[in-house]
Amino acid sequence: MNELAPATHTHTSAPAESYLDEHTVRSWLLTTDHKRIGVLYLISIVFYFLVAAVAVGIMRIELLHPHGTLLLNETYNKLFTLHGVLMVWFFLIPSIPSALGNFIIPIMIGARDVAFPKLNLLSWYLFMIGGGFVLYSIMIGGVDTGWTFYTPFSSTYSNTHVLTMVFGVFIAGFSSILTGLNFIITIHKMRAPGMRWFRMPLFLWSLYSTSIILVLATPVLAITLLLMAVERVWGIGIFDPRLGGDPILFQHLFWFYSHPAVYIMVLPSMGVVSELMAAFTRKEVFGYEWVAGASVAIAVVGFLVWGHHMFVSSQSIYAGMVFSILSFIVAVPSGIKVFNWTATLYQGSISFETPMIYALGFIGLFAIGGLTGLFLAALAVDVHVTDTYFVVAHFHYIMVGGAVMGFMGGLHYWWPKITGRLYPEAFGRLAAIVTFIGFNFTFFPQFVMGYLGMPRRYHNYAPEFQVYHVLSTAGASILGIGYLLPVIYLLWSLRYGKKAPANPWHATGLEWQTTSPPPKHNFDETPVVTGPPYDYTEDFEPKPSGVLHA
Amino acid sequence: MPDARQPLAEQFATLPQQAEASRLGMWAFLCSEVMFFGGLFLGYIIYRHAYPHAFAVASRETDVLYGTLNTAILLTSSLTMALAVFASKEGQFKEVRHFLIATILLAIAFLGVKALEYTDDFHKHLFPGPMFADAGEPKTQLFFMFYWMMTSLHALHVIIGIGLLSAMTVRSAKNHFSAEYHNPIEITGLYWHFVDIVWIFLYPLLYLINRHS
Ligand code: HEM
Ligand SMILES: [Cu+2]
Repeated sequence: MNELAPATHTHTSAPAESYLDEHTVRSWLLTTDHKRIGVLYLISIVFYFLVAAVAVGIMRIELLHPHGTLLLNETYNKLFTLHGVLMVWFFLIPSIPSALGNFIIPIMIGARDVAFPKLNLLSWYLFMIGGGFVLYSIMIGGVDTGWTFYTPFSSTYSNTHVLTMVFGVFIAGFSSILTGLNFIITIHKMRAPGMRWFRMPLFLWSLYSTSIILVLATPVLAITLLLMAVERVWGIGIFDPRLGGDPILFQHLFWFYSHPAVYIMVLPSMGVVSELMAAFTRKEVFGYEWVAGASVAIAVVGFLVWGHHMFVSSQSIYAGMVFSILSFIVAVPSGIKVFNWTATLYQGSISFETPMIYALGFIGLFAIGGLTGLFLAALAVDVHVTDTYFVVAHFHYIMVGGAVMGFMGGLHYWWPKITGRLYPEAFGRLAAIVTFIGFNFTFFPQFVMGYLGMPRRYHNYAPEFQVYHVLSTAGASILGIGYLLPVIYLLWSLRYGKKAPANPWHATGLEWQTTSPPPKHNFDETPVVTGPPYDYTEDFEPKPSGVLHA
Repeated sequence: MPDARQPLAEQFATLPQQAEASRLGMWAFLCSEVMFFGGLFLGYIIYRHAYPHAFAVASRETDVLYGTLNTAILLTSSLTMALAVFASKEGQFKEVRHFLIATILLAIAFLGVKALEYTDDFHKHLFPGPMFADAGEPKTQLFFMFYWMMTSLHALHVIIGIGLLSAMTVRSAKNHFSAEYHNPIEITGLYWHFVDIVWIFLYPLLYLINRHS
């Protein structure tokens, strides 16, 4: 291939020392190697994911019956708060950027490490301390405000441990900011010679855009939570109407962060999907510049639409109209991406390896989630379905259907690079398909019951909704299997999987030009980039079938 | 941490690359800081707009003398900081140290004045809560809520700045820098100017507005 100077084919010489060769606990906890930090994040987010999943599992069992008696009202409230907080801040937001991004970004741009390795380690520690506070708040009794912490309930009335949990989220926010900062500078300043902006793989574009949001939106969340905490402690009111404050201000500030935050969760997945589309259709991504630009556009316009979460909050009708229109506009760049992926598929030589199945799943589920977003962005429709299961289904289609599918796709794609082992392909495909089926089973009934009027956050409900809840719980069990399978066979592969070659997928991209797992400093010699990122044209050798069947 | 013998951290290829990365890093961090303070400024503006009278009354309670004195101190410290950065480019590290120490002293003076002012404020019962001076008018408390939040967060930044400046002084004394490698001083300077600029906004908002009415 003409993309690289031949000097980078390190895997042909004697096996270099890999980044995994040192085994002491100390070497992990004090590491500044971006690859190890990526792995630390990977382990941590999987842990938080499991805790959050257990919480929601209990909730789904409770919801089997219209008058569920398993849980007290308070307990139910605490469970969905815990689920939301952990899933949003401790799984989804760090999943692809902090775990996969940390590992892949520097290798993808041909650098030895991120720009600020110590800051990188610090941000993992902040993340863990933040998570510690959240877990601590559960152990001393939990929080019942919901992940949105709306005032004045959170700042005045809730008798639960809001302060410690909010403090945990606050700290994790700083971890996000530092990670975003590191990525921006790394992508700006550490690219290998010859890697111009428009020669960057699309994964880098999407993480670059994500990082901008992380750096600019997260501090707003931080100050908002700080104000709320101060109000809770001193009882003086920025958000307390009795003292002249305004609880709606909290919502404005919160959604000014949290709408962009939904893009923090989904943009990285879009980047992964772009990589997968190219690798498994053996084609350049159609309209590369448009896909790259769409990432940046999403990041920018995403800052202007927060008000669509507040259509029913008494904000003025004119504000509602403006936010409605802007929300339609922000859907355009997402649409561009979906269109371009579809065009890439067209006439590509598609191979349905596990990551590709996840990627196709992403496109399907993201499309449904995005289209229902348009329903919600239409003022009048939103008034009807707001705070119902319709919204719950919408954001789960995007955040679980979209973002988690992308994460799983990326995890499988880069697993051989990260661990040096191949996973059993048949199991991988099975898991991807089970996840897809289980997901639709779980969340599609929620659109229907939401449209019929089932409110969100209730655990006692009218009997006519029971059938949908039972379907949903059944689906959730399938989905659970879909998530557990990879945990099992990926762990299995660590020990028994076949040794991975440097480039098991025969993909382009600098990360495949170094050994699996990579040596400590990624490359023996700085690679030089001379061509576009997805150059599958020059009779790229076809993938020998069965390479990945461990 | 790079030092005199090995100023180039291993992830970088060249010193200029490293310098540019850390400079850009500081700028990005400051953008993030702007958004952080931005939330507070936004809240302030909204409530000032909603309760102009209460805010005018409340802002007359702040002590313009302390505020003005501190503005002067901080502006001077920005000057000494700029001179320190300038001297470091010339490679005159003895002067660098003098200017850095001057900056630190001014920063401490700023905090001293602030402490005096806070004490006065407490005596005047300007701290929001049950003891608040004007308990009949909750909206003046809102003003003081912002006053305490904004100034204390700013003071926190000053304290962090003192830490950074001291580290630079020590490293300069240990000969960690040279005319080629001085960029930690430069980015500390960026940070310090930011702290100064935030105060430039706080001063009129908290001390000057509506003095006349
Ligand atoms: C691209 C990824 C997207 C993600 C990750 C996402 C995520 C979310 C989440 C988490 C919520 C629920 C917040 C809550 O109340 O707890 C939500 C609600 C909403 N979303 Fe999305 N969304 C996405 C795309 C869109 C798009 C493209 C639109 C509009 C064109 C949209 C419109 C809405 C509206 C209007 C609501 C508020 C519904 C209500 O509360 O009544 N979303 N979304
Ligand atoms: Cu939104």
